[in-house]
Amino acid sequence: MPQNYVPIFLFMGVAFAIPAVTLVLFKLVRPENPHKTKLMPYECGITPLDDARGRYTVRFYIVAILFVVFDVETIFLLPWAVRFRWLGKFGLLEMGIFLGILIVGYIWIWKKGALEWV
Amino acid sequence: MPGAISQWFSAGDYLLALPMILLSIFALGILLIDLMLPPEWKSINAWTAGIGLAFSTAAVIRIHLAYARAGQGVLSYTGFMGSMMVDRFAIYFFYLFLVGAGIAILMSAHYLEIERENHGEFYALILFSVVGMMCMAAGFDIVLIFIGLELMAISTYVLVGFLRSDRRSNEAALKYLLLGAFSSGIFAYGLSLLYGLTGSTNLQLIGEHLATHMRENPHDPIAILALVTTSTGLFFKIAAIPFHQWAPDAYEGAPTSITGFMSVAVKAAGWAMLLRIFLSGLYPMRPIYVPLLVFVAIATMTGANLAALTQNNLKRLLAYSSIAHVGYMLLGLIAGSSTTPSATGIQGILVYLLVYTFMNLGAFAVITSLRRRDVIGDEIDDIAGLITRAPAEAVLMLIFLLSLAGIPPLAGFYGKYFIFLSLIETGHYQLAAVAVLYAVFGLYYYMRIANAMFMRKAVDTRPVTLSPAMATALAITGIATVGIGIFPDLFIRAAGWSLSIAQPLQLTSLFH
Repeated sequence: MPQNYVPIFLFMGVAFAIPAVTLVLFKLVRPENPHKTKLMPYECGITPLDDARGRYTVRFYIVAILFVVFDVETIFLLPWAVRFRWLGKFGLLEMGIFLGILIVGYIWIWKKGALEWV
Repeated sequence: MPGAISQWFSAGDYLLALPMILLSIFALGILLIDLMLPPEWKSINAWTAGIGLAFSTAAVIRIHLAYARAGQGVLSYTGFMGSMMVDRFAIYFFYLFLVGAGIAILMSAHYLEIERENHGEFYALILFSVVGMMCMAAGFDIVLIFIGLELMAISTYVLVGFLRSDRRSNEAALKYLLLGAFSSGIFAYGLSLLYGLTGSTNLQLIGEHLATHMRENPHDPIAILALVTTSTGLFFKIAAIPFHQWAPDAYEGAPTSITGFMSVAVKAAGWAMLLRIFLSGLYPMRPIYVPLLVFVAIATMTGANLAALTQNNLKRLLAYSSIAHVGYMLLGLIAGSSTTPSATGIQGILVYLLVYTFMNLGAFAVITSLRRRDVIGDEIDDIAGLITRAPAEAVLMLIFLLSLAGIPPLAGFYGKYFIFLSLIETGHYQLAAVAVLYAVFGLYYYMRIANAMFMRKAVDTRPVTLSPAMATALAITGIATVGIGIFPDLFIRAAGWSLSIAQPLQLTSLFH
């Protein structure tokens, strides 16, 4: 049914129009003040192109590791949430134990100061 | 969907896992308590860890008594839908891990103060690694075994690098981490091939499917690839040549008490895993893996014994010696016909692991006690003239060294005795001859240390002071090394007991 595609084409049209309109609109409205740094691709505040031996602060690694830990937590929580009713009290208890262990880790990193940036 | 999930696991399952659950609770507790402790109270952590080990031991004894009450009728207690099997074999290893960790904690208490790294995480990590080891020994499902392996290995990586300001410790940890991760990858690849071939992660089912598969297709390259990659991972974990390169570096750089812990408990866990996989999962491939083991065993004995001859660092020397002992133990698995392992050989491996736990931890305890604020104390020169500085320690060290060399009536003799006996019983005379020849090499490098202790003048003449915990550790290991040597019956029976049920499950399936 070709008419079923009408909403999709409409949607695509809007999707293409929004960035085009905003780019043009902002070009007209904003003050023009080009700078070299502003033209670099944005990568979490790190210089994207640099010497391979360049050093950057170890805090990034700590944040990355913490991120992975809690990311994995979410991965385990999601299927449990989907099957919550079927898993019942048993699932709730098991998840409680799992979260309890993670909370110990969370208290530990908090107290150790791993969450403080400076 | 069948039934509620709560029907899948019974309360009994959690009783079987109680030794691990208790250790995990105590490890988490140490992490939290440590945050609140002022620096001068840090020794509480060692006590907490000790109490945790005691509780866990009580839980193991409880399962042990259940077997005693049930008599011969009960084959094994399995839990968590067959993925965990706490049989007598597992209980034997549980005791080994708990004793190894206990002595390592006794050795560490004062040592960490000297190194100024007295943190609670150290003890928490030891407990976590013991949990991992227990999963490896009791795991009857390759997924549980692999998770246990990783839990143990990751804890050990951190422990090896625990001396943060020491370059050697950092280097050792990084090397161990990289090679360990690599070998775990190969191991996981092997396990995934096994799963692909057999469609199961349970070791018993893998064994049964593999037996059918091997009958239909005896030279299937995929099965051989699975065998080779799996055994590569296993050989790495027990540090057999040619997968041993990490061991001397990691052993040298690690805190000395952790070196001792790694050489006994971590190694015993590797062996528990290896025996489970080779005897329960891969037994249909025994005709293929025995020649592989013969090559690895001879390479291990040759390489390690020759390399140990020229070492001047005590920890490195004992690292090579521990690799050499792995070579002897591998012979116990080779003993037997091309389809059936010899029961004496497997019993020999278990006895060997038991006596090795005490004598090797004892030797490392003596080396640990040489450490001072200003002396690292792990070179042969540091132990020179120990007889004038600390006569009791020198004599104990001599006992441990003679036991490691396998001189009767010390414990080490019985380890080697059963291995060689099983080789001779099953007609592997050449291998027995080679192993005895290399035992003589061993005597040379152990006596080099003894020579330094008794014949040479002390470089540093200050007497060695012992903390009470270290004295306890030395007393336990010393009494055990002499005691097992004089009254071996009890311990040999214990090893036999652990096999009497664990093995028939697999061995009977081999005898048909």
